[in-house]
Amino acid sequence: MSDADDQAFDIELKLLVDAIFLRYHYDFRGYAQASLKRRLTVARDRFGCRSLSQLQDKVLHDPATFPALLDYLTVQVSEMFRDPAYFLALREKIVPLLRTYPSLKFWVAGCSTGEEVYSLAILLREEGLLSRSLIYATDINSHALAKAEAGVFEIDRIPGFTENHRRSGARSSLSDYYTAAYGRAVFDKSLRKHIVFSDHSLATDSVFAEVQLVSCRNVLIYFNRELQDRAVGLFHEALCRKGFLGIGSKESLRFSRHAGSFVDRVREDRIYQKADQP
Amino acid sequence: MIALPGNIENIDGIVIGASAGGVEAMSAILPALPARLRAAVFVVLHLPRERPSLLVDIFSHKCALPVREAQDKEPVEPGTIYFAPPDYHLLLDAGPSLSLSADELVHYSRPSIDVLFESAADQYGARLLGIILTGGNRDGAAGLAAVRRRGGVTLVQEPGEAQVPLMPESALKEGPVDFVLPLERIAALLRTLAGRME
Repeated sequence: MSDADDQAFDIELKLLVDAIFLRYHYDFRGYAQASLKRRLTVARDRFGCRSLSQLQDKVLHDPATFPALLDYLTVQVSEMFRDPAYFLALREKIVPLLRTYPSLKFWVAGCSTGEEVYSLAILLREEGLLSRSLIYATDINSHALAKAEAGVFEIDRIPGFTENHRRSGARSSLSDYYTAAYGRAVFDKSLRKHIVFSDHSLATDSVFAEVQLVSCRNVLIYFNRELQDRAVGLFHEALCRKGFLGIGSKESLRFSRHAGSFVDRVREDRIYQKADQP
Repeated sequence: MIALPGNIENIDGIVIGASAGGVEAMSAILPALPARLRAAVFVVLHLPRERPSLLVDIFSHKCALPVREAQDKEPVEPGTIYFAPPDYHLLLDAGPSLSLSADELVHYSRPSIDVLFESAADQYGARLLGIILTGGNRDGAAGLAAVRRRGGVTLVQEPGEAQVPLMPESALKEGPVDFVLPLERIAALLRTLAGRME
């Protein structure tokens, strides 16, 4: 690729993102450019296209292409209990405060294939809170949501999940929550009863419920500052008075327009609390 | 004295990648960067994914420049050394500002050198210096090629001297580079560079 091709790529990227918005109403215009570019480069090669223009042609005219492309643009491969310290902090520092509520609502925003949602559900079950809890799990990718709803993970991922779970201050064995069969682990239906999976875009949709805690980890890194501000604004609006927001371990509200609307609750694990308005 | 390419006086960004043997190699280079350097320095060092990064602690004590672990959306400050955090890719975005991603591994690595170098080449173009050091992995070869394509300056540690030569050798196979030097002379070049940029 020459320098001129690189410059053409940037133009084609903008056109493709506009085309996707106009045709399918998925809005990637506020995504962080550098990682979007990287993802589209991978997608272009996997779809066997020479250029993003060629990919755009496919996206507009071949109905099978866009759902497949959406996976490249959105699916995060996460782990259950990723960053065990985060879950340990929820357990030790936030759960005692949550116990004071008669009923609880949670929002896992950008839940992808569900690893984080099941982690939260298991933690709540262990802490005796799941029976009065409802977890909203949202994502823009319906294919990922369907996978999340199925609650089925490859069995070879389970040892890693188990180790993370243990380090999160587990009060039970992860194996209490799944049945292994045919190389897969199927998570317990009784967890799913407390989870509502739904299609929701942080870029274009609005708030749908009041919740005590929003967990949105490693999603904001894919957004530019404007879109981050929009998303954090939604979280702020959704949170009850003194509600909690957990974000990824390398994310920060420091550069956000809403930085002043939250206070640090567990600084090292990026758990914030909605500030009282002056 | 090393003959320097013409655009070296305009370097605003330095990207450095290393794998096996990298902590030692960085220890020969980063402390050589003088406090007056105005370029920002971005480092990817392959490390076990789950261990909290001790790099910032290790290098803060050795370096004249401030050393930080990269945070998402942080605006780049000149004369600062940024390390990619473990288990995240580090990218440069408009501004320039730092950007992280948890996307799939590249060359079995996250952070990946290719990911950093390619995005830095986009932001800095000819104002970028790319350096590939010791390592037992091919990560960085495509990234250094991207730096060259955008007119940046390219430098590779002499493979014969590298603790593990595969990474520098792979980078050299991708095309011509401006310098192939042992660590000691890389450090000398960086000192010269800082002098000329004043």
